[in-house]
Amino acid sequence: MKKVLEGSHAVAEAVRLAKVQVISAYPITPQTHIVEILSDYVTTGKMDAKYLRVESEHSCMAALIGAQSSGVRTFTATSSQGLALMHELLHWASGARLPIVMAEVNRALAPGWNIWNDQTDSLAQRDTGWMQLYCEDGQEVLDTTIQAYRLAEIVNLPAMVVLDAFYLSHTYEPVDVPDQDEVDRFLPTYEPAFILDTKHPYSLSPLVTPNAYMEMRYDIAMAMDDALEQFDRVEDEFAKIFDRRYGAVEAIDCEGADIVFVTSGTVTSTGRLLLEELRPRGEKVGVLKIKLFRPFPVEAVRRALGKAKKVVVIDRNFSFGASGIFAQEVRAAICNVPGHPPVFGYIAGLGGRDITVKLLEEIYFDVKGSSAPRKESIWVGLQEVNRAT
Amino acid sequence: MLEIRFHGRGGQGTVVATILLSKAFFQAGYQVQSFPFFGVERRGAPVEAYLRLDAKKILLRTNVTAPDHVVVQDQTLLQSIDVTRGLKPGGWILLNSPEDAADPGRFRGFKLACVDATRIALKHQLGTRTHPIVNTAMMGAFARMLGTPPMEAVCNAIREEVPSEPDANIAAAREAYEEVILIGEIL
Repeated sequence: MKKVLEGSHAVAEAVRLAKVQVISAYPITPQTHIVEILSDYVTTGKMDAKYLRVESEHSCMAALIGAQSSGVRTFTATSSQGLALMHELLHWASGARLPIVMAEVNRALAPGWNIWNDQTDSLAQRDTGWMQLYCEDGQEVLDTTIQAYRLAEIVNLPAMVVLDAFYLSHTYEPVDVPDQDEVDRFLPTYEPAFILDTKHPYSLSPLVTPNAYMEMRYDIAMAMDDALEQFDRVEDEFAKIFDRRYGAVEAIDCEGADIVFVTSGTVTSTGRLLLEELRPRGEKVGVLKIKLFRPFPVEAVRRALGKAKKVVVIDRNFSFGASGIFAQEVRAAICNVPGHPPVFGYIAGLGGRDITVKLLEEIYFDVKGSSAPRKESIWVGLQEVNRAT
Repeated sequence: MLEIRFHGRGGQGTVVATILLSKAFFQAGYQVQSFPFFGVERRGAPVEAYLRLDAKKILLRTNVTAPDHVVVQDQTLLQSIDVTRGLKPGGWILLNSPEDAADPGRFRGFKLACVDATRIALKHQLGTRTHPIVNTAMMGAFARMLGTPPMEAVCNAIREEVPSEPDANIAAAREAYEEVILIGEIL
């Protein structure tokens, strides 16, 4: 049934429909409505789950690792500083091969204290062994959260569903909320690969010496590779029931495009509007939406970008001393393709500044008029900064 | 696409008004999007919230800077805020004010509508005597001003979403719908 829902509420509905059994959260800024709604569901009996209010995000993830190890489906949500505090435990969750699902609302890192949209918080966790799925609208947020459980439980790796602060988390729009029996058909009861069992006691995550550690890491690497294929299968199964499919990437008008924009999150919607603006004027421009960031869909990115003359990456994030993070990944993906196009990296919208169609249009004509990138990263929309000398 | 900006103060139900109207418009067949000013909320402080309406899926996800219409839930805001900021020429301004207390001269080039939503809210005992909750009355006046959404959709949204006193809120919306004075273009 279609309802007008906030993005945060769409996540909560998906968690309810996934019949999550343990929710743990630290409810303070920069937390969002997601866990507020879930706490209401648990209190009112709308969900049959245990809700653990913990004293920090570090404890939150520790609690979920314990719960998931005992064989139940778990969930939490966090954001920016909260995710940063969780960092150590993110490694423990993936290393223990626990299919925990977390909603991560992309908010800027402090200081300056800023609760607005910025992707650096989640992208800084790219090496923790968590899958990362970036969403474009409220429907995709709901669908992806349900899909994330299916995928995570197949490959035994945790998954992060990532949504833009405010542009998604606080925005109401129509979202189709599926029936419970449809979701049950798609998402079977969780059957853990291993559980802590007092009747058959053993240790998890013990000391691992050099003779086994590397193999354990390789096993995670293989599971990540497998997740790329499994993601397509999960989407196929999902589409059969719900008639919706997103793809690890979506190539929008990329066929025959001279310039292709690479986008993620809600900037993709702005990119769609850019195409509506420019294509009728004869501009050969396309957009490549990246949904799946970990595992990174290298082959799909190569296919979509291989024939473009120029690639533009819009990054609402930055790795100091390097460049925009999506731009790094795109460069790495295509660098071994002979004759690959140059990659123009643009930094925009940090800390919640709007990325408008007009801004993307200015970038388009800047790139069209340049034979090669002037710099690794061009920051757009900057006001003049007076630097202390 | 239509873009509407709502001004109010924290605690007056400004954000809720945009959510309820978005639900009413959706019920009436529109594609909708509503969101608060992206920031922090404080009781009594100026608040903004936004509503977008279109026939097709709304892809735009930026702040509203050039609204087609504006709703002002608290006329004391006029002393500190330019509610016409970015407002398109000829756009409606719906003001919570008795008609004789409004100063039309400051709204030249726009269309003005007045409704005494505070009196209506007090009459229906919505909120407290010092902090009446005017949002549902403003919704009724809004529906009359634009000729949409249908009052039935407004009443349904209130009945489904307002946790307390749905009947009094609906009565306030209906009364404001009847009482709003559409002064029209200020020359």
